[in-house]
Amino acid sequence: MSLTTDDVKKIAHLARLGIDEPDIDSYARDLSGMLDLMTQMSELNTDGVIPMAHPMDQVQRLRPDIVTEQDNREQFQAIAPQVEAGLYLVPKVIE
Amino acid sequence: MHNKSIAELARGLRSGEFSSVELTQAFLDRIKRHSSLNCYVTVTEDLALQEAKAADDRIAEGDATLLTGIPVAQKDIFCTQGVKTTCGSKMLDNFIAPYNATVVDKFNQAGAVMLGKLNMDEFAMGSSNETSYYGAVRNPWDLNAIPGGSSGGSAAAVAAGLTVCATGTDTGGSIRQPAAHCGITGLKPTYGRVSRYGMIAYASSLDQGGPMAHSAEDAAIMLQVMAGFDERDSTSVDLPVPDYRAGLNNPIEGLKIGLPKEFFGDGLNSDVAAVIESAVNEYRKLGAHIKEVSMPNLKLAIPAYYVIAPAECSANLSRFDGVRYGYRCANPVDLTDLYVRSRGEGFGKEVKRRILMGTYALSAGYYDAYYIKAQKVRRLISEDFKKALSEVDVIMGPVAPSTAFGIGEKIGNPIEMYLSDIYTIAINLAGLPAMSVPAGIVGGKPVGLQIIGNYFAEDRLLNIAHQYQQITDWHQQSPKGFE
Repeated sequence: MSLTTDDVKKIAHLARLGIDEPDIDSYARDLSGMLDLMTQMSELNTDGVIPMAHPMDQVQRLRPDIVTEQDNREQFQAIAPQVEAGLYLVPKVIE
Repeated sequence: MHNKSIAELARGLRSGEFSSVELTQAFLDRIKRHSSLNCYVTVTEDLALQEAKAADDRIAEGDATLLTGIPVAQKDIFCTQGVKTTCGSKMLDNFIAPYNATVVDKFNQAGAVMLGKLNMDEFAMGSSNETSYYGAVRNPWDLNAIPGGSSGGSAAAVAAGLTVCATGTDTGGSIRQPAAHCGITGLKPTYGRVSRYGMIAYASSLDQGGPMAHSAEDAAIMLQVMAGFDERDSTSVDLPVPDYRAGLNNPIEGLKIGLPKEFFGDGLNSDVAAVIESAVNEYRKLGAHIKEVSMPNLKLAIPAYYVIAPAECSANLSRFDGVRYGYRCANPVDLTDLYVRSRGEGFGKEVKRRILMGTYALSAGYYDAYYIKAQKVRRLISEDFKKALSEVDVIMGPVAPSTAFGIGEKIGNPIEMYLSDIYTIAINLAGLPAMSVPAGIVGGKPVGLQIIGNYFAEDRLLNIAHQYQQITDWHQQSPKGFE
């Protein structure tokens, strides 16, 4: 299976990931190589096998609904690229 | 002082032979002298000396642990409050962590001294430490060779005596493979044994932190501090932590060792194979029984891993969006441009390759064919291990198919690089604990023996490695120029 440069651009858009135009061919080639590797899996019959998401098949642990974390807003915003009046700033979204 | 064990150093500190401040200064001097190895991203000199002073006070008060006053270094994937935490990426080049990882808190509570933050492959994605934004790390055994990865800075720093011991993380071999290439002892614990809180995520169902040190005994002392339940990590396992040093001297007579025939096929360098055979022979002398076992699905570990890990990576790394922390591009015209350019400029090529792969594998129409299929293969691989470990106590084999390759040799061919993780990746898919133990030197470069155990059998693995280190001295060898 091989991916085209257009496929790579589409995937990059889904990931909101900027990629450099001169690199697109090499991504297409590398990803196609990875997909070739993955086709080996189709040789194995996995009918009826339950997908394994966690090594110990653990389920999500529950905890009492009590406050455990304190407000660290100032500390967290001190490392933000742009803040104002306690808010994170991004380019205008709604005209 | 840089080649002494933790126990020896702890005795020296208590007897007043040297202080933690002197010990720490000696390591800081060595780090400066050997800065061309590029092991450290950040050296926390002032903080280290403050911590050493506090450790000396604590030892004087008689309130010390074995690690009090001992210099350690943290892989730069662990968040350290007030200290830059980069994960080897331009994306986090300006990131001062606002809190400590649980592992870091635990070393602090034990009174260990942090020398600094260690270089690594970007976001732990790589097997050579060449994908780091801060440049490649050199292997002290051969300055033109890679130290392995992703915990390459950790392994090289321990081997070169630029720290007593270091933390690492292992998603597909990132503790064991660099440990093997640098001639040190590394342990990837059972998934869930060590807290992942504050350990920057790559592939959350595979990532696990662990110790990297000269010997199994030092690794046991480190794991004692690192292991344990943490309610802040939702996948942390709530089981008691055994005393890892207590069983180190247990005899291993009657130990049943399984050798999977799939670990010794084509692709394994014959000199490396000879080292592994000779290590297995040493175990025979110690009274172990050897049995061949089979892992029929092992060859599918790499394809399954390169679906699951990139899929989890693409989800985890979506948090880096240029909004709340980390790199932001200059003058974004709109919100999409902010996301696309911040991520495009902040991530390196290997990280982008895996985000693209994972995004594709999770996209509509492909999810079942790739992601679900890989999770099914994962279960079958895991069952291969369960079956083998019902017949034998541990599985042994090589860590890597060859000794450390040259810097620049494989970086242009990512698939070839991925294939070099063939012996380590399956263990992460199964979630089992495994060690790399120095077992020989080929052409001037170290070779590691891999020992794989059952879930939560870290104490047994450390015992088995320690017994080998009582009759061999591979773990005590130093690279030339770093003795």
